[in-house]
Amino acid sequence: MIEAGLFGLEFAYWTSTTIKVLAALVVVPSGALLFGYVFLFKVMSGMQSRIGPNEAGPFGTMQLLADGAKFLQKEDIFPDGADRKVFAFAPIVVLMSTFLLFIVIPPAKNLQVADFDTGIFLALAVSSLSTIGVMMAGWASANKYSLIGALRAAGQLIAYELPLVLAVVGVVIQAGTMSMPGIIDAQRDFELFGVGVGGVPFVVPQFLGFVIFLISAQAELNQAPFDMPVAESELVAGFMTEYTGFRFLTFFLAETASMVAFAAIAATLFLGGWYVPGVDQLHGVMLGVVGVAVLLTKTMFVGFLMFWVRFSNPRLREDQLQRFAWIGLIPLSLLNIVLTGVFKVVL
Amino acid sequence: MTATMPDWKKAAYIAAQAADARVNVELEAEGMTLNIGPQHPATHGTLRIVCRLDGEQVIWADPMPGYMHRGYEKLCEVRNYPQVTTLINRIDWLGSFCNEVPFILAAEQLMGVEAPERAQWIRTIFFELGRQANLILFLGDVGTQLGAITPVFLAFRDREHVLNLIESATGGRFHPNFDRIGGLKDDLPKGWLDETVGCMQRVEDFCDEIEDLMIGGTIFQQRTRGVGVIPAEVALEYGLTGANIRSSGVDWDLRRDADSPLAWKHADWKVITHPDGDSFARCWVRLQEVRESAKIVRQLCEGLPAGPIMAKVPKIIKVPAGESYVETENPLGVMGYYLVSQGGLGPFRLKIRTPSFNNISIASWVLKGVYVPDVITILASLYFILGDIDR
Repeated sequence: MIEAGLFGLEFAYWTSTTIKVLAALVVVPSGALLFGYVFLFKVMSGMQSRIGPNEAGPFGTMQLLADGAKFLQKEDIFPDGADRKVFAFAPIVVLMSTFLLFIVIPPAKNLQVADFDTGIFLALAVSSLSTIGVMMAGWASANKYSLIGALRAAGQLIAYELPLVLAVVGVVIQAGTMSMPGIIDAQRDFELFGVGVGGVPFVVPQFLGFVIFLISAQAELNQAPFDMPVAESELVAGFMTEYTGFRFLTFFLAETASMVAFAAIAATLFLGGWYVPGVDQLHGVMLGVVGVAVLLTKTMFVGFLMFWVRFSNPRLREDQLQRFAWIGLIPLSLLNIVLTGVFKVVL
Repeated sequence: MTATMPDWKKAAYIAAQAADARVNVELEAEGMTLNIGPQHPATHGTLRIVCRLDGEQVIWADPMPGYMHRGYEKLCEVRNYPQVTTLINRIDWLGSFCNEVPFILAAEQLMGVEAPERAQWIRTIFFELGRQANLILFLGDVGTQLGAITPVFLAFRDREHVLNLIESATGGRFHPNFDRIGGLKDDLPKGWLDETVGCMQRVEDFCDEIEDLMIGGTIFQQRTRGVGVIPAEVALEYGLTGANIRSSGVDWDLRRDADSPLAWKHADWKVITHPDGDSFARCWVRLQEVRESAKIVRQLCEGLPAGPIMAKVPKIIKVPAGESYVETENPLGVMGYYLVSQGGLGPFRLKIRTPSFNNISIASWVLKGVYVPDVITILASLYFILGDIDR
């Protein structure tokens, strides 16, 4: 493990740890708020020919905060027959996996919570932790809808974790490293058929991988058209049915923040992360600010793609989405790996 | 163990043990009973469907209506004839005007009154507008049931055009209460016909949009094709009507086949059928029916005859003793009123035959052996309105 600094400055261990914890506490909720406001409110209402929230704050920007305050006032209900400890702990497990996802994402050069040699696979591994929380929630709620929803979520995770990892394998082969800053550096140095001054993002050679990654991430995050676990027209709210108030808010925060994290990971793996040609001429804080802005732009672009699909499709049935994963995505991602290997050797 | 606990904790402990025992019994028994409803997002109202599940497969299902019974048949007996239309507007609340027409026709039949030609044409126009308002919302709602969140907003947006037309002529957006024994309350406002013809274009645009966005889509077709197939014989046995039976391939539409004083015979339109009988067929047939309905309205608006809108009827309406039954092709299916009069100011007995009640009775047959997600698809495509089931 390499201890990454902040803008190349040297800090004492406790100082840097405190800064990182505070940053995480700010980044995760504010990322969720940003996605929630821009996509769930404004883009969604634009696509559905309605106005959307516009009363709370300028252009309705404070609406999510108002909703959050409302959730905090709600009664905290434990269902009769619930396994109280597990029921209370489940949202925290889900939220924990979301926080862990953010560890390895580099928002700018030398700006990262921790740079692991196997960074990307750490992210994929901790993302599946949330399913344990979902299973806990579904089982502890003592509710049939919750149970069905949780089991669906587990089945879906097993099916879609594979194409997700296999899509990333293509990138790893292409880059020759699993570290996230390493992958960004590889995209800076990458040339396709000798073309590409200042690098080519991996979305060009790995377009198939990009598409597979986005589809699988959509399924990992339980977004339409893969939202069978929370299918509100049949399972009410799936594993979240019995949750109220703060615990429900935790689930919501975890879900939206995970979308931010997956969009940022996709932006890093396939679109070059914080790097655009010329940005590495900058130094110090300026490099940090520009890098964060570039990554944010790319993340918003990926997020837009995800929400676009979500708003415009009906959901697949459980057996259909399993079939789609096993006989559609997994063979395709294996093919992607083979092609990547061949090109890597030939070029 | 419970001896050292405070009382409230003891009660909670006992309750938890009982819940555990319940769960264990259910796990050991064959399958699990799942109550879909009466409070559930998919039943848009208070229909309760008791399902016995094996995994996610339904072993048997039983619809239990009655949670919204309002006793309209009994209430109608203590009201006089003009007051009855106010009540029966609320049966199928999405296409309210269509509820008034068969009752008024039944009363007119007993009285021997016939509304003038112009009134019959305007009745038909409003009847079709009610059908459009109803089915447009269905087309959006079926998307919501399948998990697409956008179509329902488009449906609410474009249904508003139709509701505005109804409101500008009758004063009531949802419940026009416009039909009278012997004719109509008022004539149409100035410029209404042109506006209606223009609005039909918007309705057709909505149909194109919803076909592009949803019904033509791959996921929608995967979810609905071959799901909940009802063969024609079974549909006839269970007494399905309306689009549900036409999508099983039975070419039967009271607008064309019954001898009605209304003006459908003056317009050029088609009865839409589909041979498959699955959920997709039911959605598709309703989509096409909105298009045909727009065609009917446009033709009737262009050829509307001049003349009075009210026949000569006494101020205080008394229907002579006798019995009559009139049924019409409503948005949801065949709706009929069996009116028994003993010569009083109000009906002696009024039996209302509503389409949704019969349409939902097939649920226990068609839901057998399907998976939970398909339960929702089938219920959405059978299309019921709770007020129409329970009345």
